[in-house]
Amino acid sequence: MMLPCPHCGDRDVSEFRYGGDASKERPAHGTGDLQTWNDYVFLFENPKGPHTEYWQHVLGCRRWFKLARNTATNEIGGVVS
Amino acid sequence: MSKHYSALALARHALDPDMPWPKAWESPEPKSSYDVVIVGGGGHGLATAYYLAKNHGITNVAVIEKSYIGSGNVGRNTTLIRSNYMIGGNTAFFEHSLKLWEGLSHELNFNCMVSQRGQIVLAVNPVQMDVFARRGNTMRLNGIDAELLDAGEVRKLLPYLDWSRDARWPIHGAIMQPRAGTVRHDAVAWGYARAASALGVHIIENCEVTGFVINDGKVSGVDTSRGRINAGKVGIAVAGHTSHVAKMAGLKLPVESHILQAFVTEPIKPIVDNVISWGAELFYLSQSDKGGLVFGGHIDGFNTYTQRGQFNRIQTVAECAVSLMPFISRLRMLRHWGGIQDMTPDGSPFISRTPVKNLYLNGGWCYQGFKATPASGWTYSHTIAHDQEHELVRDFALDRFEKGKELDEFGLGNWTYKQ
Repeated sequence: MMLPCPHCGDRDVSEFRYGGDASKERPAHGTGDLQTWNDYVFLFENPKGPHTEYWQHVLGCRRWFKLARNTATNEIGGVVS
Repeated sequence: MSKHYSALALARHALDPDMPWPKAWESPEPKSSYDVVIVGGGGHGLATAYYLAKNHGITNVAVIEKSYIGSGNVGRNTTLIRSNYMIGGNTAFFEHSLKLWEGLSHELNFNCMVSQRGQIVLAVNPVQMDVFARRGNTMRLNGIDAELLDAGEVRKLLPYLDWSRDARWPIHGAIMQPRAGTVRHDAVAWGYARAASALGVHIIENCEVTGFVINDGKVSGVDTSRGRINAGKVGIAVAGHTSHVAKMAGLKLPVESHILQAFVTEPIKPIVDNVISWGAELFYLSQSDKGGLVFGGHIDGFNTYTQRGQFNRIQTVAECAVSLMPFISRLRMLRHWGGIQDMTPDGSPFISRTPVKNLYLNGGWCYQGFKATPASGWTYSHTIAHDQEHELVRDFALDRFEKGKELDEFGLGNWTYKQ
């Protein structure tokens, strides 16, 4: 699988580090409700289909970016701004 | 027609070639209603159905499988069994599983080819020896067999490893579980299916569950590609696709689906007569009865439902194999394949009730699904029959994260892809 680094272009997946689901929204600072934090930290949509996720080009320019990928096919939708 | 497999039956069938062996399990039309419906006809689902009938007398049970028996992870793993766990919630459960494996072929009247060839985990530095000593002591305190071996003892057992002075990862010793080993994985699915069918369980293949019938927070059946089937209770056992199926019941789970690859080399003469795991990297191997070396490694590292592995993982696993056993460097890789497994934030599974009444969950098995199969069926059937978790799986509860009761064997934290 090749991933499109916004800085370096298409590179092999082995150069990247996966950073998890990017659609999660971190609860506001100071949120006291533990259920909200539990859901943020531990629960996953884990869709079979379109997924937005973080990757870092760790063995290249070290840039973090958001990527659209289909988890059912590994088809790359492109970098999401 | 011999229903019971035995030497005598074999002789009778050999002498009379016109006498057909009966089908191992029946293929009935689905009824409109069952006491219990199990979603997923893999090892865990079939074992659950078998123990529901055998241990709890509940025989009006259907196992619904979207493909054919043996098509999923029960036929895709590296066939290892072991119980070398250290923390409270795991030790007794996996030891119970190993004890069930030890008698499984007799229990099911089906040769599962259980081979207790011993698992040897190699230490590549002195610190790992200390860690292994602690693990071994904990195991022995729990009544599980463990032997700490020094480098000389390991060398006697495994003379073919790289013992040269300039080995990249010099071997300092090992911890061995002599009762660990391998099992023929397809036979587990077929054996449980046959034994469950003989007790009256309906095994319904090529039937996909498309939804749950839920009213007032209580499940009363499933919609399938072959119509609605009513059920008193429904158990999910679809690891790999647990999030996907549970979502139909409105549940969002602490699970991500990841691909784990496995590898087989071309066959060679018998040399590796134990299971070997390596301390330098997550890598393990055994030799199959056909002679191929079976390798396993780490997950690819990002969530996916495609059963197609990435090349960089193939390279890492091949590098591990060659640095451990340089003489196999010219062997060719015959096959590699992938299976989708549920990864959880603490690397431990779920056997649990759910927020939906009469709906139960079995999933989140990470790397340990196959070796858990008998105990999973044993405890999940109890959980379903009594609407109460079996005492061996009280720590496998779905709500353990919000209660601060993570079961993190390696202390890795809440990243599914690092477990």
